[in-house]
Amino acid sequence: MIVADKKPIEEIIECLKDHKNILVLGCNECVTVCEAGGKKEVGVLASALRMNARKEGKEVKIDELTLERQCDREYLDEIRDSIDQYDAVVSLACGVGVQFTAEQYHDKPIYPGVNTTFLGATEERGVWTERCQACGQCILATTGGICPVARCAKRLFNGPCGGSTTGKCEINAEVDCAWQLIVDRLKALERLDDYEKLCPLKDWSTDRAGGPRKVVREDVKQ
Amino acid sequence: MPCTGKVDVIHIMRSFEKGADGVAVVGCLEGECHFNAGNLMARRRVEQAQKILDTVGVGGQRAQMYNLSSSEGPRFAQYATEMTEKIKELGPNPIRVAKNKAA
Ligand code: SF4
Repeated sequence: MIVADKKPIEEIIECLKDHKNILVLGCNECVTVCEAGGKKEVGVLASALRMNARKEGKEVKIDELTLERQCDREYLDEIRDSIDQYDAVVSLACGVGVQFTAEQYHDKPIYPGVNTTFLGATEERGVWTERCQACGQCILATTGGICPVARCAKRLFNGPCGGSTTGKCEINAEVDCAWQLIVDRLKALERLDDYEKLCPLKDWSTDRAGGPRKVVREDVKQ
Repeated sequence: MPCTGKVDVIHIMRSFEKGADGVAVVGCLEGECHFNAGNLMARRRVEQAQKILDTVGVGGQRAQMYNLSSSEGPRFAQYATEMTEKIKELGPNPIRVAKNKAA
């Protein structure tokens, strides 16, 4: 899922200081799972904003709504009839949701309420870690299911580097060396021979290096 | 509530939004939660609410977490007195004051 973290409330308050009718808009997908931008977080932020406005003697209307998704037009259409009552929206969706909402409602300022951080997994409640950088050409088949693009600090394809020490990465003693994990996994799969094979140069044109990306699927396109 | 583990930040926030001067969350003794960690989660949520309340100028000290066992009536009374003293010191909820002024 897309992992996001809450933005400091002070930052959001500063963005909204000139607005009088505000919609706090959550998303029911990834940001709900990582407890940054779902219905609960919308409620807490809206309540904090209302109290802040009240304390400062400002008359501000702050409403709350959480959509099924903000990265699909059909769900964003749900606010088409009500959006005119607001002069600003704080979107607690990931960066995709914020931008897609802004595209649909071109003349409305849409402010981000979270910091979108990475594609990751839930280790335990409150702990998320990165697993994928969406490079556009998956190589997990050859690396024992562990991604050196996302998990090796140097994105090495024929690692480890000389900084790997007792299974940890030289950038931080708490970070596992991705290549140690790859070797261990290949060993468990009895595929250590694969480790000896040199990984060829990767075509990075499918990564961000090739500019913004697009997927067109003729088989499902309407 | 059957367990303080059910207390969420939003419950504390809404209480202050509606004008409460203070909120005391009283849970079982730490380590003695029937559901293992309900009271520990409650404490973290109270701490979270305190931070937000400080940020918006209500004052985090108005939300407090206390722990006791169900047989400790006198201690409950002591906590209630403590809380009342604390809130008296802090004065009325500034949100309510602002609301009344605006009305
Ligand atoms: S120690 Fe391992 S994870 Fe860290 S940069 Fe070197 S190969 Fe990559």
